[in-house]
Amino acid sequence: MSSLRRRKPINESSDSKHNEEEEDEDHDDVDADGDDDVNGKNKKTPSKIKKKRGEKPPKQPKWSCMDTCCWFIGCICITWWLLLFLYNAMPASFPQYVTEAITGPLPDPPGVKLKKEGLEAKHPVVFVPGIVTGGLELWEGRECAEGLFRKRLWGGTFGEVYKRPLCWVEHMSLDNETGLDPCGIRVRPVSGLVAADYFAPGYFVWAVLIANLARIGYEDKTMYMAAYDWRLSFQNTEVRDQTLSRIKSNIELLVATNGGRKVVVIPHSMGVLYFLHFMKWVEAPAPMGGGGGPDWCSKHIKAVVNIGGPFLGVPKAIAGLFSAEAKDIAVARALAPGFLDNDIFQFQTLQHVMRMSRTWDSTMSMIPRGGNTIWGGLDWSPEEGNSCAKKGEKKNETQIADQAGSENAVCKAKSANYGRIISFGKDVAEAPSSDIERIDFRGAIKGHSAANTTCRDVWTEYHDMGFAGIKAVAEYKTYTADSLVDLLHFVAPKMMARGTAHFSYGVADNLDDPQYKHYKYWSNPLETRLPNAPDMEIYSLYGVGLPTERAYVYKLSPHAECSIPFKIDTSADDEDTCLRDGVYSVDGDETVPVLSAGFMCAKGWRGKTRFNPSGIRTYIREYNHLPPANLLEGRGTLSGAHVDIMGNFALIEDVIRIAAGASGEELGGDQVYSKIFNWSEKINLRLDEEIPVHSSR
Amino acid sequence: MASVLRFRKLCYVESAVKCTSVGYESFEIDEKLDEKEEDVLSANHFALEINKKRKQPKRQPKEWRCLDSCCWIIGYLCTTWWLLLFCYHCLPVTLLRVPELPGPGVRLKREGLTALHPVVLVPGIVTGGLELWEGRPCADGLFRKRLWGGGSFTQIFKRPLCLLEHLSLHYETGLDPQGIRVRAVPGLVGADYFAPGYFVWAVLIENLAKIGYEGKNLHMAAYDWRLSFQNTEIRDHALTRLKSKIELMYISNGYKKVVAVPHSMGVIYFLHFLKWVETPPPMGGGGGPGWCAKHIKAVMNIGPAFLGVPKAVSNLFSAEGKDVSYIRAMAPGVFDSEILGLQTFERVMRMARTWDSIVSLLPKGGEVIWGNMDRSPEEGHVCDFSKKSHSKTSLTTNNINNSDVKRGFLVKDLANYGRIISFGKPASVLHSSKLPTADSKEFSRTSTSENFNNFSCGEAWTEYDEMSRQSIQNVAADKAYTTTTLLDLLRFVAPKMMRRAEAHFSHGIAENLDDPKYNHYKYWSNPLETKLSDAPDMEIYCMYGVGIPTERSYVYKLSPNSRCKSIPYQIDNSVHGEDGSCLKGGVYFADGDESVPVLSAGFMCAKGWRGRTRFNPSGIATYIREYRHKPPTSLMEGRGIESGSHVDIMGNFALIEDIMRVAAGATGDEIGGDQIHSDIIKMSERINLGL
Repeated sequence: MSSLRRRKPINESSDSKHNEEEEDEDHDDVDADGDDDVNGKNKKTPSKIKKKRGEKPPKQPKWSCMDTCCWFIGCICITWWLLLFLYNAMPASFPQYVTEAITGPLPDPPGVKLKKEGLEAKHPVVFVPGIVTGGLELWEGRECAEGLFRKRLWGGTFGEVYKRPLCWVEHMSLDNETGLDPCGIRVRPVSGLVAADYFAPGYFVWAVLIANLARIGYEDKTMYMAAYDWRLSFQNTEVRDQTLSRIKSNIELLVATNGGRKVVVIPHSMGVLYFLHFMKWVEAPAPMGGGGGPDWCSKHIKAVVNIGGPFLGVPKAIAGLFSAEAKDIAVARALAPGFLDNDIFQFQTLQHVMRMSRTWDSTMSMIPRGGNTIWGGLDWSPEEGNSCAKKGEKKNETQIADQAGSENAVCKAKSANYGRIISFGKDVAEAPSSDIERIDFRGAIKGHSAANTTCRDVWTEYHDMGFAGIKAVAEYKTYTADSLVDLLHFVAPKMMARGTAHFSYGVADNLDDPQYKHYKYWSNPLETRLPNAPDMEIYSLYGVGLPTERAYVYKLSPHAECSIPFKIDTSADDEDTCLRDGVYSVDGDETVPVLSAGFMCAKGWRGKTRFNPSGIRTYIREYNHLPPANLLEGRGTLSGAHVDIMGNFALIEDVIRIAAGASGEELGGDQVYSKIFNWSEKINLRLDEEIPVHSSR
Repeated sequence: MASVLRFRKLCYVESAVKCTSVGYESFEIDEKLDEKEEDVLSANHFALEINKKRKQPKRQPKEWRCLDSCCWIIGYLCTTWWLLLFCYHCLPVTLLRVPELPGPGVRLKREGLTALHPVVLVPGIVTGGLELWEGRPCADGLFRKRLWGGGSFTQIFKRPLCLLEHLSLHYETGLDPQGIRVRAVPGLVGADYFAPGYFVWAVLIENLAKIGYEGKNLHMAAYDWRLSFQNTEIRDHALTRLKSKIELMYISNGYKKVVAVPHSMGVIYFLHFLKWVETPPPMGGGGGPGWCAKHIKAVMNIGPAFLGVPKAVSNLFSAEGKDVSYIRAMAPGVFDSEILGLQTFERVMRMARTWDSIVSLLPKGGEVIWGNMDRSPEEGHVCDFSKKSHSKTSLTTNNINNSDVKRGFLVKDLANYGRIISFGKPASVLHSSKLPTADSKEFSRTSTSENFNNFSCGEAWTEYDEMSRQSIQNVAADKAYTTTTLLDLLRFVAPKMMRRAEAHFSHGIAENLDDPKYNHYKYWSNPLETKLSDAPDMEIYCMYGVGIPTERSYVYKLSPNSRCKSIPYQIDNSVHGEDGSCLKGGVYFADGDESVPVLSAGFMCAKGWRGRTRFNPSGIATYIREYRHKPPTSLMEGRGIESGSHVDIMGNFALIEDIMRVAAGATGDEIGGDQIHSDIIKMSERINLGL
């Protein structure tokens, strides 16, 4: 009888039903009469047989586990589809309506507000994206990357990173010797506004700014995204892709098609340095430069609105190159080191990432420039006396409110020695310089370690150093900005050999020296002059109020085999000196310290200096960071963080006003919250034209 | 009691299986079961046991109802689906790949070809993407989203009226309506795929990339294809941008001239560009007379609509024939249904009539080219629709039959292609002398005021609503129209549109090209009214598919429902010719690529520009490359690698190979000169045009 009870799937074939019914007849002899009747009926209406048979056996449903599961899933699916349908049928303004119902009416986005004021598109706008934020797509690849033609490898969903990580790393890396494409691989920047409007779905970079500009009438013919391959050194983008020529041609086109109105350039992050390089390149004569003639910039550029510009480099870049730990800009933070560090998968992720990023010349453009003059020596630093208001709070939470209060209570007892960008051990970082015994590493012999051959295919230059070399590095105890460059030369000679051919980190003594005509100096504001364009304006827009990495406490990695031998000593903490998890932080936008973003506009280029002979006006616009008030706001409209600031309404408003024709004075001149002017004062950099004959200046 | 129980159970079984209510039949059974039940009860207590057992599951409220079964099925399907999906994703990537034929790119790379000349792609009408930059409130949230092409057209289905409003242009100016800015999507993404999976340029781009092309030497000249050509410059500076891009590519690629690859309407757009760029500034680009010679190596026209397409006529006249084949997806049958009361047809027509560019596709050259009442250059073309689906296979058979049928082609139903619109089949067949000779030029718009429909005709406004019943009849009474009288007809039925568009396009033939009036930009896109630029080293290719029946002329009738707000004319689908006739469903077909007839695509290269003619004073070399259509042999091939149809030809390997060879430096003679399958040479000879 148990067969009676078995619930049968409906879609089972009728044959099996027959079988079962026959079974029924065997067991249920009493039903014989009924069966006869049914048979009689069969003759009458054969078409109904199946139906009858289906009804006839008195089967009682019994739910097997499987059925229940299926039923359950079905229910969920149906609900899901219903919701999806409702969602799709919902009017587009509904979410906004809900948001407004909860949080009260949102402020008008700046584009709408300014349109009501009557602003209209005037100057064409050029965006220069920064490192990492630009999309890269595949044009030619190895076999493992089949089917990815013209798909994004960088930016977008990053789906491929998870699917075939090694393949991805291989394609994203450049050639270790030349810093250009490896053989058989062509990865190119995505062009157009889509290149950097969103970094990942939902994670805007330029999109908010673009949308707001469009409100006052901007469109494709008046906006241009100067997308470039951010992995290459700046000059190599021209050598390989003619990117600089394309930017030049596009700017000329924009000016020509918009009635001769000059462009407003908006570089972000590393784009700031890239555009600095461009301005020198475009006026330099042809073989090395663009041959635009000495007044190209003054003819074509109204203003350069730098957002979060690391003019003088970022300390984060050091940590990135030295131990692949701090990520060079905040967005890459998603690849959290804690997660990648675990050796479960034996992927040696960190080393892979390091090897990959070390092939990118551009990261070397962000090494702190200006040496001890700017970044401070063993015992002093311009930021000295900076107080850290965060009392063990999470980084980006509400320290602004109490900062004002604690600012006057500057802790005098201990002050962080920010000048020591890398120290080995917390005690070293804090000790007075006279107490530190340093053994010079520069001449140290690099032994060849046994680990060399066993380390699979992951190769970082650390394997060539051997234990002796590693030890020597640690023995030197502490590094200032000057010695850092030497340190990097020591630990990664090949990389630095490539890098120093394209970038320079010093301060020029005499800018007339013909050596400064070489392109490697063009992106260093301390070794070039601004173009001769007295009507141009340079803005420096950046967020403040976020703790920003400034100096590190390192230790030797416990397992020195096949891995990166140094790591940040995350156990080092000190409330008083802004030391947290082995990192000293100062004011900034979470990536770029105020000093780097603001110094050139606050002092280096202010008025007529030797770096700014034509007296281009400079303005500093700082934006105090306020975290988003609630979750609905997303990344906030008042944020000051390095990338999120692109959605800061105040900043967007400033940018739109400039694009619509306002001058720096009309915006309100400088807007400063940090102590950038104080700190700049402390920096002892000669700004006068040096030649004694011209002492009149 | 047990019987009740049984009955309920029965209901359940029935509903589980059939989900229908318990009807008459089950009741019948019920009676029988009752009898049975009595037997059971009286006979033994074994049955009682059964009943007890049966009661057990009853107490749990789990009854299989219809809904449960549905849930169960869906759950079952979903689980299986997920399992399969999971397996699919777990498989190594290489295993999944459909073994693709290696494209010509791979082969040519092995031959050692590398990128040499920069390549400019010029998309045609409809294929380019359009995105929204500013819109009405109904288009909220669509900022910089595609309204047309590229992504899925989901938005069209979500808010169709809103979309139509945004895609329409201003009826008077042909530019943006107030408060709406829709712009072309720039870059390669602008036209690589028209819809997901429906490639346009993607295959060509991929193959070019194989031999080293990339962003710096490959450019998509995206433009807003709805505008008249000169307006793309006025509004978007599209021509200036194209000029600047070509100059940049020329310089940054080591002074290598550019190979331009326009498609469909892009062909005449590029023709316009070539004239524009050498014309002095206020009207032109000021590139100077040598610009083309200096910057352009070759123009490789794909599916060129040099002399227009008859499809554009039916589109403008009654929104019926779709201007390029794949709008066909919006099957008229669906839209015609009045259920939704959307008047889709009228709205689509109104939108299309605001697009100046469609007017650029009207047949050019009048009766000289397209034939008059009694003769046409294609005379004697033989069609074969024996295999019903006309886009397939008709050609292979055509091949074989060609020789036999040609001998006996003078059968009754000889197509008078010259009559591009006829009202009623007789009008399309009869000799011209037998036709009523109403003078088409004297259309008089019987004063609009007497139009009684005027007020009742809601907002779906087409110019037809302004016509009186009488004049509508008059148009039909005129029986047959040739290309020349057709323009008069259009001027009559849609005066505003034609006034607007004819300021930008001209459809005649120049008597004297030195006449200063031909300096005006409206003549630039008509190859019969302009001279090619002085660039003797340039090459012009006409590459197109042949072997697909292509709309050439139409048989119309008056629309039965004469309500207001409907289009008063429609193609008479009931008219069919006999076997061997080219008339089918009210449309006469000729050879072509499904959109462009051979005549329009090939004539300029075959005759108009061949050698030194007055249209080609510097003797630019021309080459005809025809590709015979072969339908895809299997489903795996997708849209075929040997297709000749208007858009699918962009995936034709032979064509791609030709383009790549030219881009890599070959000349027309090196790739084999002319390659002709159709009767284009013969047809051209029949055209009596002073050269």
